[in-house]
Amino acid sequence: MIDVKNLSKSFGDHLVLSGINQHIDPGEKVVIIGPSGSGKSTFLRCLNLLETPTAGTITFEGTVITDPKVKIDQIRQQMGMVFQHFNLFPNMTIRKNITLAPVRTGLMKQEEADGAAASLLERVGLTDKADAYPNQLSGGQKQRVAIVRALAMKPKVMLFDEPTSALDPEMVGEVLEVMKDLAREGMTMVVVTHEMGFAREVGSRVLFMDGGGVVEENTPQELFSAPKSERLRSFLAKVL
Amino acid sequence: MQEALTRWLDVMYSRLYRAFMEGDRWKLYLQGLGTTLEMTVAALLFGVILGLVVAVVRTAHDQQRQGRRNPLLGFINGLCGLYTTVIRGTPMMVQLLIWSFVIFKTSRNKVLVGIIGLGINSGAYVAEIIRGGLMSVDIGQSEAGRSLGLNYFDTMRFIVIPQAFKNILPSLGNEFITLFKDTSLVQAIGAAELTYYAFSIGGRTFDYMPPLIGIALMYLAVVIIFTWLQGKLERRLRESDRR
Repeated sequence: MIDVKNLSKSFGDHLVLSGINQHIDPGEKVVIIGPSGSGKSTFLRCLNLLETPTAGTITFEGTVITDPKVKIDQIRQQMGMVFQHFNLFPNMTIRKNITLAPVRTGLMKQEEADGAAASLLERVGLTDKADAYPNQLSGGQKQRVAIVRALAMKPKVMLFDEPTSALDPEMVGEVLEVMKDLAREGMTMVVVTHEMGFAREVGSRVLFMDGGGVVEENTPQELFSAPKSERLRSFLAKVL
Repeated sequence: MQEALTRWLDVMYSRLYRAFMEGDRWKLYLQGLGTTLEMTVAALLFGVILGLVVAVVRTAHDQQRQGRRNPLLGFINGLCGLYTTVIRGTPMMVQLLIWSFVIFKTSRNKVLVGIIGLGINSGAYVAEIIRGGLMSVDIGQSEAGRSLGLNYFDTMRFIVIPQAFKNILPSLGNEFITLFKDTSLVQAIGAAELTYYAFSIGGRTFDYMPPLIGIALMYLAVVIIFTWLQGKLERRLRESDRR
């Protein structure tokens, strides 16, 4: 589904990602862990070209999206993204937040999108918030809305950039629950997170990144119980 | 003592009478004030449209992805840069004289020429105000819009510009006040606005003091009223933030 070849990214002289090769199959739940500054968020943001790679290619469903001629908006419509700081649009109601993109991109008519928004909100238990504004919601509620906003575009893959890092501890659970539901339904997911419990429970593959590269990757069982590299061992010792 | 005061009042009364009442001259001031306000609104509207275009072009140019620079956009951005540099680097008065005596030297409609001159001048400043407003919106907002597959202009139109608006509005109010006062410069090219009438009445009655002090008070009154309205509006906007 997503094929990454030799991906490098530098900001000025600072090399953030160096020569990453990855292949993500449909239905996979890839969880990326690693210390801050290891390049994991940058890697994720390269996948939908929020960051432009300095070198290398990314192929999504057979289309080389790093090609400058590609209509990136059409590609992004098929890749949902959830941000650490939610990034809901504060000038719109929750319903409008969810329906704006499907309507403007021609995916749905307004009534159709309103219906879709209603059923998505029901699914995350926020039916009564449809007419509220984002700043009337708690962090956990905001993030659940952000997830269904991305889902409203019917994406083929969902990218999560530290979705629970900005939440109060008591709200982390409700967001992870929504993500687990999504995983059970077979959504392809790429998740950057510090939630090791989530990685272990949901991940079909865990990547450990450090210093701009993937140091180790494995199934969560293997990776957590038998880390091979010294770097991963010391990382796990600190976070577990 | 009392006699001197009565004499002074008499003289003052007749000076004021000549400046404002004789031959219904007050109507001319009113007409002039009307033209001044008209010019201000028209020039600001012109400036805002021009400024918005320039600001969007400049921000769009700055936010292009590396390796995907659009040469046409680069060219237009260059023009916009030239425009702001020239307008902000030359005196308003000189610009107005050039518009009137060089570019539109055959035009009789000096009010329109004045509006064009003021509008184009104001556009350069408004562009910077709007650009600052657009940049003040969290980058995560446009990232969220783009990640949903919205194109650049939809993201600007529905997400960034409405949020920037609140930051832009107060500065735009200041621009209105500046522009309102600057319309008095248009007197130099012969557009019949408030200062023009005061000046010609002063010339006809050989007495400049009453008409000039008079219009100074009129300008001041309008600015005070507008500042008050602006404060009210800002408070309203702040309240809607707490919604």
